[in-house]
Amino acid sequence: MTGNTEKIKLKLAKRYAKEKRFRLYGISAIAVSIAFLLSLLINISVTGFPAFQQTYVNIDVDIDSKLLNLNSQYSEQDLFRANYSKVIKQSLKTMFPGVKGRKQKRALRQLVSKSAIYQLRDFVINNPSVLDTKQSLWFLARDDVDVFMKGGIDRSLPESDRRLKDFQLVWVDKLLAQDRLEKRFNIGFFTEGDSREPEQAGIKGAIVGSLLTMLVTMFMSFPIGVAAAIYLEEFAPKDNKWVDLIEININNLAAVPSIVFGLLGLAVFIGLFGVPRSVPLIGGLVLTLMTLPTIIITSRAALKAVPPSIREAALGLGASRVQTTFHHVVPAAMPGILTGTIIGMAQALGETAPLLMIGMVAFIANVPQGITDPSTVLPVQIYLWSDSPERAFTERTSAAIMVLLGFLIVMNFLAVIMRKKFEKKW
Amino acid sequence: MTLEVIITTLLALLFLGYFVGRKRSIALSKKTSQKLHSLPQYYGYLIAFWSSVPALLILLFWAALESSFITSAIVTQLPAQFQQLSADELGLFVNEIVNLSNSGLVVDDEIKRQAVIQYNKLIEFSNSIKSAVVLVLAFVGMFVALTFIKPEMKARNLVEKLIRGAMIACASIAVLTTIGIIFSVIFESIIFFKTVNVFDFLFGTHWSPQEAIREDQVGGSGSFGALPLFVGTLLISFIALVIAVPLGLMSAIYLSEYSSPKFRSFAKPVLEMLAGIPTVVYGFFAALTVAPFIRDLGESWGLSLSSESALAAGLVMGVMIIPFVSSLSDDVISAVPQSMRDGSYAMGATKSETIKQVIIPAALPGIVSGVLLAASRAIGETMIVVMAAGLSANLSFNPLEAVTTVTVQMVTLLTGDQEFDSAKTLAAFALGLGLFLTTLVLNIISLYIVRKYREQYE
Repeated sequence: MTGNTEKIKLKLAKRYAKEKRFRLYGISAIAVSIAFLLSLLINISVTGFPAFQQTYVNIDVDIDSKLLNLNSQYSEQDLFRANYSKVIKQSLKTMFPGVKGRKQKRALRQLVSKSAIYQLRDFVINNPSVLDTKQSLWFLARDDVDVFMKGGIDRSLPESDRRLKDFQLVWVDKLLAQDRLEKRFNIGFFTEGDSREPEQAGIKGAIVGSLLTMLVTMFMSFPIGVAAAIYLEEFAPKDNKWVDLIEININNLAAVPSIVFGLLGLAVFIGLFGVPRSVPLIGGLVLTLMTLPTIIITSRAALKAVPPSIREAALGLGASRVQTTFHHVVPAAMPGILTGTIIGMAQALGETAPLLMIGMVAFIANVPQGITDPSTVLPVQIYLWSDSPERAFTERTSAAIMVLLGFLIVMNFLAVIMRKKFEKKW
Repeated sequence: MTLEVIITTLLALLFLGYFVGRKRSIALSKKTSQKLHSLPQYYGYLIAFWSSVPALLILLFWAALESSFITSAIVTQLPAQFQQLSADELGLFVNEIVNLSNSGLVVDDEIKRQAVIQYNKLIEFSNSIKSAVVLVLAFVGMFVALTFIKPEMKARNLVEKLIRGAMIACASIAVLTTIGIIFSVIFESIIFFKTVNVFDFLFGTHWSPQEAIREDQVGGSGSFGALPLFVGTLLISFIALVIAVPLGLMSAIYLSEYSSPKFRSFAKPVLEMLAGIPTVVYGFFAALTVAPFIRDLGESWGLSLSSESALAAGLVMGVMIIPFVSSLSDDVISAVPQSMRDGSYAMGATKSETIKQVIIPAALPGIVSGVLLAASRAIGETMIVVMAAGLSANLSFNPLEAVTTVTVQMVTLLTGDQEFDSAKTLAAFALGLGLFLTTLVLNIISLYIVRKYREQYE
């Protein structure tokens, strides 16, 4: 007898150690997941943060009307068509005398962004009095200079591995010494559409596209989803084959890969009904079908949480079933329904794959004006930029991700607040 | 009349109908000194319905069919040599006409000019007929409905019937969506399988969908052996599950059995955040950070790796699906009755022994269904693999090599220039069919298991 007790006692230490280890596995599993989440967020923030600043370069522009090809009687049209790129080239040449060779001359032009031409044009058109004067103007710097200013180019690397060659670094140093390079808050990132040039590219087009797409999605999926949920929860007969089929379908659609919804949109909406490609309307329709299951399932849960006594009281006072539902049950369930809708919208806002199928990946520089204008959305913009080789785009991709995550956090926060504030404990 | 004007008019009629209906019912009841069956607003709702909804439905129907009718009408007007063109070229031509018409530019080419004029005429004709039909229908609906109003009419019951019908229609959209998915993938797939043998598609080992345009073109063989894609998908999903199942399950066990309520209320939402992050963000992170990290790690051990490896994509995807495993497992573990735990403790078992030998077996069906759902999520996941896995179809089980997946190929096949009848585009639909069926089977099994075992302990 004592032998067995001894054996058990001996084993006990081992069993306790096992217990401790098991517990450790559990906490480390959580720790690993959280660590991954943190490293993702930190990594994106660190990469994306510099994109909120943009380097500007100051140039003394000699706005010579001869260089602009303007005679004494010029019209508005002449001003618009004048050769501003020549003026900027000449001004850079005077600032950096002694630049020889085609390659170096080209590199010199590339200190400033291509947009400088248009900026100068608008400046001259708005103030024609500046003609034939010298003006000190700030222009967007080219992406390579911008990356260098933010510490993205290492001087100690061999010249062939650097985006800025030695002679370009000399110019940049000279500009720095004269305080002609400056980092400012990057307003253009929020007010411009997409562009092939990283320094000019902004997310306004994508944000407006996302908003329009979400509007379409919300106006379609909220009424349809809530109506479906009310029917299934309050009116649907039990033991009905059609109702069973609907329920199975909803549960299954919630788990269908999102890319398949894109195929549906391509074949049915575009192929059959002739809805134009790449527009918020078709994106919204596809996302509606995708978010419906989420909205229906959460709305049903909210309706189910309303206690039967509410219904019985209303019915007892002579209300019809429709009146009971719409006057008493639905208002009581509204906070839960809205929470579910916001979560569904957040899902739709981050969705990319189905939109690739329906042509929302085109390069679109204009900000869309309506739901039938070609446009892109924020997640697709992120995908497009992440494909671009320029270093400056990597930074902008991360910044766009930060904006997208910001929207999602706000939406989820709203959902949590609504749940906390309006949730009734029956 | 433009679409906006028509819709605004219909909305105005809707409100007008409501007030007219309400007024008329009250007036009628006064005139005949009969009590109304329902409250006056129900008569208003009824008139509002008849004065706008049928017209709106006709409008939608018209808008859906208009463009294809006009296109075919233009095409039949074109000279004979245009009729010979292939469908794609004809489509391009029609597009050009539409664009020219919208831009209002002057066209030099005589045929095009005629076509543009023709198109403008047709659009104008269609618009005027459409406005006339819709508005007449709206007014007729309103007046006919008004003549039907009588005090003894059961307006409330009629309105409630309409509401019920609308709700059934909304609920049925889920079924329609499924039917739409099935038909859209099956039709295109059937056309595809007319040119490519089903067995060659399922078991062929060579995937190179680019078709040769010239005879001497290298690499464009147009062969559709999808086995490498299936293997790639399975490999990446397997890696993802290897990551997600232990991490998700252990997290769920810790959260439901060990943790304090305070820690739980912090950790559970944080874990669920992993499922809320858009997949494109994971894809970017995998491509920018994880893949180079794995490559450098491999190089320091003397392995030469490509920058795109199945491991990087699978790893990140694994983290993404942790919440799918953990939240469902958490639910079923919490649903195991306390009496079973107490019984096990009474026998002298430690907590971990109880978990391993009593709770997990009891919760197993739920856990399995959670894992199946996560697997279906991993198989259908697109953005992570598009951005972090490769494009070249290698038939390989080596996680350090670049592989491609079904979803990656669907995206690459459909995001270029597309024409509906090329084998390339159709192949994407065949892949979509396979993907849909696979995930459908996984979902149904998982739902079945959950349903069957849910009530076991209740």
